[in-house]
Amino acid sequence: MVTDEIVLDVQGLTVDISTPRGTLHVVRDISLQVKRGETLCIVGESGCGKSITSLSMMGLLPKTARRTSRVFEFLGEDLARASKQRINDLRGNRMAMIFQEPMTALNPAYTIGDQLTEHYRHHRKASAQEARLRAVELLEKVGIASAAERLGQYPHQLSGGLRQRVMIAMALMCGPELLIADEPSTALDVTIQAQILRLLADLQDELGIAMVLITHDLGVVARIADRVAVMYAGQIVEEGAAADIFASPQHPYTRGLISCIPIPGKTMPGGKLGTIPGVVPSLIGEMRGCSFKDRCSLAQERCSDTIPMYKNIQGQQWRCVINQSNQSGAGQ
Amino acid sequence: MTALIETKDLQRTFSVSVGLFKPRQTLHAVNGVDLTVERKDVLGIVGESGCGKSTLARMLLGLTPPTRGNILIDGQDISKIDRRELARRIQPIFQDPYSSLNPRRTIASIVAFPLDVLGVGTSTERRNKAIEMLDRVGLPARYADNTPGQLSGGQRQRVAIARALVINPEIVVCDEPTSALDVSVQAQILNLLLDLRKEFNLTYVFISHNLAVVEHIATQVAVMYLGRVVELTRTAELFKHPRHPYTQALLASVLTPEPGLGIPDMGLGLSFPDPLHPPSGCAFHPRCQQRRPECSVDHPHLLRDAQGDVACHLYPAKA
Repeated sequence: MVTDEIVLDVQGLTVDISTPRGTLHVVRDISLQVKRGETLCIVGESGCGKSITSLSMMGLLPKTARRTSRVFEFLGEDLARASKQRINDLRGNRMAMIFQEPMTALNPAYTIGDQLTEHYRHHRKASAQEARLRAVELLEKVGIASAAERLGQYPHQLSGGLRQRVMIAMALMCGPELLIADEPSTALDVTIQAQILRLLADLQDELGIAMVLITHDLGVVARIADRVAVMYAGQIVEEGAAADIFASPQHPYTRGLISCIPIPGKTMPGGKLGTIPGVVPSLIGEMRGCSFKDRCSLAQERCSDTIPMYKNIQGQQWRCVINQSNQSGAGQ
Repeated sequence: MTALIETKDLQRTFSVSVGLFKPRQTLHAVNGVDLTVERKDVLGIVGESGCGKSTLARMLLGLTPPTRGNILIDGQDISKIDRRELARRIQPIFQDPYSSLNPRRTIASIVAFPLDVLGVGTSTERRNKAIEMLDRVGLPARYADNTPGQLSGGQRQRVAIARALVINPEIVVCDEPTSALDVSVQAQILNLLLDLRKEFNLTYVFISHNLAVVEHIATQVAVMYLGRVVELTRTAELFKHPRHPYTQALLASVLTPEPGLGIPDMGLGLSFPDPLHPPSGCAFHPRCQQRRPECSVDHPHLLRDAQGDVACHLYPAKA
């Protein structure tokens, strides 16, 4: 159930990384809001800056990266000016993250139980016994049988699907209000992927968490998202309710992405799939105009100027010079 | 006319160590697979990780000898065909274009390598042929002297395709050729593979865990579970009327970009079984929603009828 309370409010987030070849503009002026009980999916291809966006929300950027923003608030609290101590208090406690590779995100030298309880004991000042009970409760919640015995096992003794469940349980230990999941199901089999996503959706519904899900898979997006942000070359090029984005995509990149996917029963077997020619532009140095213009079939002269952000009455926004919808668009 | 590829009771076991002081155990990676692939067909092989898809592919390529059974190409047993001759007829495209290309060689020399091995023509001719092939897969000649490190993932996969096709093989075994690629690049590679198939009269064995991709490219599909083929049918038929409960669950798990459908619950339960200790009877029975008492006892035999092959106790349907 989506409420009106805004859990995460990010306006004008920019991340620059200095490299020997110049400054890499990984994330360029993106704005996002996630409400309690809402799932926002950030979708894009590799190198579009979606993982850096998620890491920057958690304050986990590499040292060479510089983050700036106009607004960066978590439940009304300004995180950009918060002390390191304060961030540490929130992270893992009220905001949690699920990483893509459960094998690298879990420490192979510690048992599942150690890793599940460590931050709970730290944040909640709980005893080992209490933390253990909480861990068993959550492992059962994420569908792991004989949870108590699992606590003594090491990550390598679990299958990929189980490890990802452990990661989810770990993120939920302290009852977070914001959950950021970076490709939580990508490394898994399709059958396990569906189970993990279902689990996430159910838990989110039950606990009323605000969730940001990062993925490259539009199938996942369509099935789980309330709102979708499509990222390209460090920018959000289109944003809106999931149903609107799939029913009437406005940005040529979004349309291109959707036409690329074979859909059983819809696309002609053996027929031509839509493609996006060209490659993602380099994000180093000064960038002018639309970053998609070199690959866009509708590119025109105006694309090298400042690109307006159009918005229709359903709240769908897109960054393109073309405004085909009849609704009056307000240029930004 | 004999089928282009035929496997008969194909089996491959591996001896695995389960602990320092424990006896080694036998893992049946592929366990009695009978397949026939006609010329110009595309056989899609689907299944979860650990079901034996890749072992099957390696056996077809002659990289792993079968423990039992045999593989016939055009009626000829591949164990009796000379290695070079086999390589001329059947070529691979692997999943990861980052590790399947030698990073220290130029693109042209990678593509020309099969010609070098077979000793075709002079070195200039080989290079020209490689560049011609690169052009055919959509890579401009200016890349010929670059190394793979300078190319994107999609471009590298094009190089791998050019290398596979440069000696004009009849069969190409594609092991998850698009899994490591972005969706827009995946579409380009699928389009290319379909064009090339027509142009060069190729037969593909296409392994993938992505059923939407298999539906798009394959003419028939084999569904594998724990080393066995549980269903083998023409693609359209399989997607319209999946018969095996495992096929049904796999199809249900395909997340198509259609909002509002929610996330399916296939009722498969938690785990893929341990391949070292496969369940008795039908290996799928612990996860099956439609299991019957006999499923845990008897191993179902492959039933061959007009609709295709299926190995399940539910078929033939008893009136």
